[in-house]
Amino acid sequence: MPDEGEVDFDVIVVGAGIAGCVTAFQLAQQGRSVILIERGEAPGSKNLSGGVLYCRGMQKVFPDFLDEAPVERRITRNYINFLNAESSIGIDYKDSRLVEPVNAVTVLRAKLDPWLAEKCEEAGVFIMSSVRVDRVLTEDGATGKRVVGVQAGEDQLRAHVVVAADGVNSFIAQEVGLRTKPPLNHLATGVKCVVSLPRETIESRFNVTGDEGAAFAVVGDCTEGVGGGGFMYTNTDSISVGVVLRLDDLTAKEKVATEVFDHFLSHPFIAPYLEGGEVAEYGCHLVAEGGMAMVGEIAMDGLVVVGDAAGLTLNTGLTVRGMDLAVSSAVAAATGIGSALDKKDTSKVGLAGYREAFFASPAGQDMKTYAKAPGFLEVERMYQDYGELFGNVLYGVFNLDDKPREHLVKVALKAFRKSPVKIKHLITDGLAGVRAL
Amino acid sequence: MKPLSVPELLAKNRFALDEEESHIEVNQEVLKATGCGKAMVACCAAHVYTEESDGTLSVEYAACLECGTCLAVAAPGALKWHYPRGGFGIQFREG
Repeated sequence: MPDEGEVDFDVIVVGAGIAGCVTAFQLAQQGRSVILIERGEAPGSKNLSGGVLYCRGMQKVFPDFLDEAPVERRITRNYINFLNAESSIGIDYKDSRLVEPVNAVTVLRAKLDPWLAEKCEEAGVFIMSSVRVDRVLTEDGATGKRVVGVQAGEDQLRAHVVVAADGVNSFIAQEVGLRTKPPLNHLATGVKCVVSLPRETIESRFNVTGDEGAAFAVVGDCTEGVGGGGFMYTNTDSISVGVVLRLDDLTAKEKVATEVFDHFLSHPFIAPYLEGGEVAEYGCHLVAEGGMAMVGEIAMDGLVVVGDAAGLTLNTGLTVRGMDLAVSSAVAAATGIGSALDKKDTSKVGLAGYREAFFASPAGQDMKTYAKAPGFLEVERMYQDYGELFGNVLYGVFNLDDKPREHLVKVALKAFRKSPVKIKHLITDGLAGVRAL
Repeated sequence: MKPLSVPELLAKNRFALDEEESHIEVNQEVLKATGCGKAMVACCAAHVYTEESDGTLSVEYAACLECGTCLAVAAPGALKWHYPRGGFGIQFREG
């Protein structure tokens, strides 16, 4: 560890997203000197998410989070939807137990993150915006290469620990060799727009009241069969709507991302929700979907990686999580860095408390529990065949076409014969699903 | 809601354009040899890349939403892509 006189700050945090802000905030609360460097004009201006934050972890960091932070709506209605070209089959899950205590909220990051940064400043973090970190500074140490600071343009800053919170593309994690280029089946591209609508319109269309909101998760024809899904989340006076497309499948099927996005927004089952709305903003984001397989080393001498930069995302099919994992990794990182600074050992060994604390946290344990989920979600049938099969069974039941009815079993078997899905698929996928989820 | 074209969608955003420096650089030879241009064109939500009639890929870096998807699908050596200089590029107001 460099002598006290040699460093400008105890800790340099690169990236003012959720992971970076929470790490910086907690370290400042410990009394450490912290600088938070952000390449956008202001914190939040480079940040985009689908929109649902599972917020219990955040509330532990900021007890008044729900009252003070600019959150949009509290999710009390989850709608899971199989979408076919001509039919839509959904599970509409609304639960008063999700009202209190609040479990999930929608957020718009360009509004939320400035609030987080403000909390950091109040805690004593020095924030530097509009500055891009070009690379980390390293020195050869006793146990190999050691990170000692960052280079931004002409400026060099030195610290005991550098925190790479620079997002899913983390150039820092790649530069120091903690991450390699992930395979395409572990990556997806999310394309999203925010559609403004009066809040009364949103409440009546989505059947919610007050500050309650709905989260729609859609699979099937919404992505034209490409692995991934569509989403629609209610904000206070706008809707976040878009698609997430697995890159291996998108490229293999030679689909164009923006055409799939247009197809979803203009789908007859989706378009009515957006009718009369106006696009406020358009954006996209790379999503790491490899789950546990993408999480490699998250610390080295003088450096830790947090949040998206560490590959911490979890898609279980029903819940898509990233921001809550960012919070958990940040809390664990602040703990690990704090004890490393106290011990005056910020080597990889000294920083090991971060990894321990993260995998001991509920979020870290979930990463392990759902380790098989990404593989299961690559099952091709999920994105087209099952939805069509269910649609045809229900059509057989509800379409009273003036012919005598048949027992449900017969209707189902007929639909099965027409479908590429075989009974054995139903069994193997069912078992795989039970094991993975 | 009437469907908007990609340029119309991008027009809703705020960009701080870096007029001096592009953050994207395509190596046309590697691109041609590997044929990864098509995937880059198809995956980019901002339509930054266009395949020209001579087989080269042109780049409209000002439209970039900085997601990094192109870098993920590009063959090694075909693309140099970094974030724009500090304070430049997309500035989300919603996010």
